[in-house]
Amino acid sequence: MRDDQEEILTMQMDSPEDVLAEADTLKDQLKRMARQNKLAVISAVVILLFVLGAIFAPVLTPYEFDQLDVINRLAPPSAEHLLGTDELGRDVLTRLLYGSRISLLVGVVPTVISMLAGAVLGICAGYIGGKTDTVIMRLADIMLAFPSMLLAMVIMYTLGDGLINIFLALALVSWASVARIVRSETLKLRESIFVEAAKSMGVSRLKIMCRHIFPNCLPSLIVLFTLNIPSAILSESSLSFLGIGIKYPQASWGLMVNLGRQFLYTKPWLSLAPSIAIMLVVLAFNFLGDGLRDVLDPHLKDQ
Amino acid sequence: MLLSILKRTLQALVVLIGVALLIFIMLRIVPGNAIITMMGEHANPEAIERMTAELGLDKPFYVQFYTYITGALRGDFGTSYSLHVSVSSLIAQAFPNTVCLALSAAVVAWLIGIVCGIIAAIKENSLLDRLFMGFSLFGVSMPVFMVAMVLQYFFAYKLGWFDISGVSDWRGFVLPAIALGWNSAGSIARLTRSTLVEVLQEDYIDTARSKGRRRMGVILFHALRNSMLPVITMMAVQLSSLLSGAVICETIFSINGIGRLAVDAISGRDIPLLQGTILLSTALVILGNLVADCLYSVLDPRVRKGD
Amino acid sequence: MDEAITLSVRDLSTSFFSEKGEVKAVDHVSFDVPHGSIVGLVGESGCGKSMTARSVMKLLKYPGKIVGGEILLEGRDLVPLSERDMSLIRGEEIAMIFQEPMTSLNPVTPVGKQVQEAILQHRKISREEAKKNVLHMLETVGISEPEKRYRCYPHELSGGLRQRVMIAMAMICRPKLLIADEPTTALDVTVEAQILELLRELRDTIGTSIILISHNLGVIAQLCDYVYVMYAGQVVEHAPVLELFDHPSHPYTQGLMDSVRSLRRGDERLSTIPGTVPNLLRLPQGCRFAPRCPMAREDCRSCPPELSPVGDRHLARCPYAGR
Repeated sequence: MRDDQEEILTMQMDSPEDVLAEADTLKDQLKRMARQNKLAVISAVVILLFVLGAIFAPVLTPYEFDQLDVINRLAPPSAEHLLGTDELGRDVLTRLLYGSRISLLVGVVPTVISMLAGAVLGICAGYIGGKTDTVIMRLADIMLAFPSMLLAMVIMYTLGDGLINIFLALALVSWASVARIVRSETLKLRESIFVEAAKSMGVSRLKIMCRHIFPNCLPSLIVLFTLNIPSAILSESSLSFLGIGIKYPQASWGLMVNLGRQFLYTKPWLSLAPSIAIMLVVLAFNFLGDGLRDVLDPHLKDQ
Repeated sequence: MLLSILKRTLQALVVLIGVALLIFIMLRIVPGNAIITMMGEHANPEAIERMTAELGLDKPFYVQFYTYITGALRGDFGTSYSLHVSVSSLIAQAFPNTVCLALSAAVVAWLIGIVCGIIAAIKENSLLDRLFMGFSLFGVSMPVFMVAMVLQYFFAYKLGWFDISGVSDWRGFVLPAIALGWNSAGSIARLTRSTLVEVLQEDYIDTARSKGRRRMGVILFHALRNSMLPVITMMAVQLSSLLSGAVICETIFSINGIGRLAVDAISGRDIPLLQGTILLSTALVILGNLVADCLYSVLDPRVRKGD
Repeated sequence: MDEAITLSVRDLSTSFFSEKGEVKAVDHVSFDVPHGSIVGLVGESGCGKSMTARSVMKLLKYPGKIVGGEILLEGRDLVPLSERDMSLIRGEEIAMIFQEPMTSLNPVTPVGKQVQEAILQHRKISREEAKKNVLHMLETVGISEPEKRYRCYPHELSGGLRQRVMIAMAMICRPKLLIADEPTTALDVTVEAQILELLRELRDTIGTSIILISHNLGVIAQLCDYVYVMYAGQVVEHAPVLELFDHPSHPYTQGLMDSVRSLRRGDERLSTIPGTVPNLLRLPQGCRFAPRCPMAREDCRSCPPELSPVGDRHLARCPYAGR
C-alpha cells in the first residue's frame, strides 16, 4: 500500500531545475546551441566557406592546380601568387583550394561508411547479444588494438595508393570505436520501457532495432559524426605526409606539407599554409562537434 | 581479483593472436610477388623458385602462419627482405628510442593535461577555464607534423637550442616529445575537466561538504579519485595514438624508432620487417590496456569483486 | 515560548537564477526547531522542502542562492558566514543525511574511513582514537560487527546499512541539529520503521534536535512533534502534530490527508488532489493553491493570503480555513 500512497503524494517534479526543463525537439536544441554557443556557429560558417571554396575552386583562381611556371618557382607570397609558388612554380593558393576537395571528401566519405557499418554492427551486437555480440566485439577489440596510423599504413600497403583506397582504409580503421559506443547505447536502450513495451506487443526484432533503437542512437551518432570527420582528415594528411596515400600530381594538404618540408628553413610558408588549412578545418569541426555534444548528448541531458 | 587479472591476460593474448593473424593475411594478399620485388624483375625463374622454397612461401597458408607464430614466440621475426639482417635485431635497436619518446611524451602530456583539467573544472566557467579549454581544442586540432615542424623551425633552426635531428643525448628527445604529447595533453585536459565537473555534482560530494570538509579537501579526497577512473581508460587509448604519432615524429626528427622502421618497410616492400614492427606496436598497446585495466580495478572497489 | 530554540529560521528566501528568470524555490519561510524536538517539513516533491534544508546547511548548488532572511543557530545568524566558517559548523553543529544512501557515500572509500573523516575534521584526536569512536558510533546506530563493516565499501552494504552509516557519520560529532532529508524514501517499509526508531532513540539519548523532511504523512505522524506543511515554496500550515492530524485546516493539508485516508479505507475511487504543483516561474497571482483548491473563491485568485491563527499554536495560510 505504501507505494501507491507515495505515488499519490509524490508529484513528478524533483527540483526547481526540472520545472524549467521543457521537452526539446532536435530543432529546438540546435537553435539553443546557435544562441548560446557562438563558437559553434562560427565553426559552421568556416566549414561552409571551405566547402564553397572546394566546389568553386576553378572559378576562384585563374590558375590550374597543376599549371607549371618554372621561371617563377619558389616565389614568395605576392599580389600575383597570394601564397607564393611551390618548387615547380605552381600557385600554392590554387593547390590549397583544390586540396580542400580531397581533404573534405576524405573527412566525410570514410566517416559515413564507418558510421553506417559501426551503427549496424553495434546495434546487432548490443540487441541480439550472444555469439553475434562476441564475434563482433572481439573483432572490434582486434581493430582497436592497432595504432590507427600503422593499421592504415598496412591497409594502404595491401590495397595500393589512391583515393578510393584511402576511403576504405580510414573506414576500416574507425568503424570499431563507433560500434563499441553504439553497442553500449543499445544495451541501455534495450532495458528501456518503450522497448520492453514494443517487445510485449510482439513487434519483430528487426523492427525494434530500426524503429526504436536506431533513432535513439541518432543524437550520439550525429556528435560522433562531427567528431570523426576531423580525425579522418588528420589521418589522411598524416598518411599523405608520409607519402602513403594521395599521389602526385593530385593536390592534398598532407602531400603539400610533405613536399614543402625540404624547403622548411627557407620557404616555411610552403608547408605552413596547408598545415594551417588542416588545423582550421579540424578546429572548426571539433568546435561544432563540441557544441552539438553539449545540446545532444543524452548523458549530459540526464543530469 | 587475481582471477580477473588472469582472465583479462588470457583475453589480451587472444586479441594478440587475432592481430597477428590479421596482419599475416593482409600482407599476403598483396598484389605482386614479394620475391620478384626482392630479386628484381629479371631474376632467373629457377632462382625465384629456390628462394620461394627457402622462405617457405610455397607451403600452405596455415603452415606459414604456424611457423611464423612459433618463431615470433622465440623472438625470431624472420629476416628483413631489404636489409638482409634479422628483424629482431633491427627492432632491438629501434625499440628503446620509441619507448623513450612515447613515455616522455606521455608523462609530460598527462601531467599538463590533468593539472589544467583540474584547474579548469574547479574554476568552471571562469575566464581561465575557457582559456584552457580553447587552447586544448587547438592542441587536439593541430596535426602532429605541424607541431613538430613549427617546433623544429623555431627552437632548433632559429634559436639553435636543440639539434635539428637525431638523438645523440636526452636533449634530442625534448622537441619530439613535446610535438608528440601536444595532442594528448589537450584531450586529457578536456576529459579530466568534464569528468571532474560531473563528479562534483554527485551526492557524495554534498555528503563530504556536510561533514565540514572544505573545498580543497573535497576535491583532493573525494572528487579526484573518482574522476580519474575514466581518465585512466583514456590514457590506455592514447597509448595507441601516441604510437601513431611517433611514426610522424620519428620521420621528422630522424629518430631511429619503430615507426620509422615501419615507414621504411613499406617503401622497401619489406614484409617481415613491416609485420614485426606492427606486431610489436600492437602488443605494446594491448599491454598498456591490460595495465590500465588492472589499475582501474585497484582504484575502483566495485570492479575488484565483480566479474 | 519558554523552551530553548535550537534553530530559528526567519523569512528565508532562496532562489535559482536561470536563463528563464528567477525561480523562488523557498519564499519567506519561517520556522523554529525547539531544543530536543523533531520538526517535520511535509509537502509534495518540488514544494521547496529540500531546498529549505539545503539552505540551512548552505549547501546550495550553483544557480541557487539565499536571497534573504536569517538562519539563527542558537541565536547566531548563519547567512552572512563565509564558506570557511560554515565548514566549521557543518558536521560539528549541524549534520545532514540524504535521501539516497546509494549515491551519498563515496564509492571508492571504505565506509569506516568516511565516518572517521567526519570526526577527524572537527576533533584534534589520533587516528586510533578516532577509529575507536567510529566503531562505537557504528554500534550505537545498530550495525553489528562494526570491525568488519568498517572496512566494507558502500556497494557491499544494503540500503538500510548504508543509511545507518550515514547516520553514524552525521551523529559522530554529536551535532545540535540533524537534518534528515527523506531519510527512508529509498528503503523498504520494515527498514524504514527501524531507521525512524533509531532517529527517535538518538534524539532521546544524545539530545539532538531533528528536522525531518518527508512527503510521507505516515512517517511524519510517527515521529514528529511539530509539523510544517509546505506548498510551492511557502509554509501553508503549521501546528503540533496531533492538532494538525485532528484538525487539518488548509485545503491542501486536507487534500493530502484525504488521499491517505481513502487509501486506508480501500475506497474504490481514490481521492486525489487534482492538478499539479504550479510552475514556479508562472505562479498564480493570488493564493498559490487556488487553481487546485476545491473551495477557491473569486478573491482567492487575486490577493495572496497570509498565515493566520486557526487554533492553539496552529496557523494556516487560508482565510477560509475552518474546522
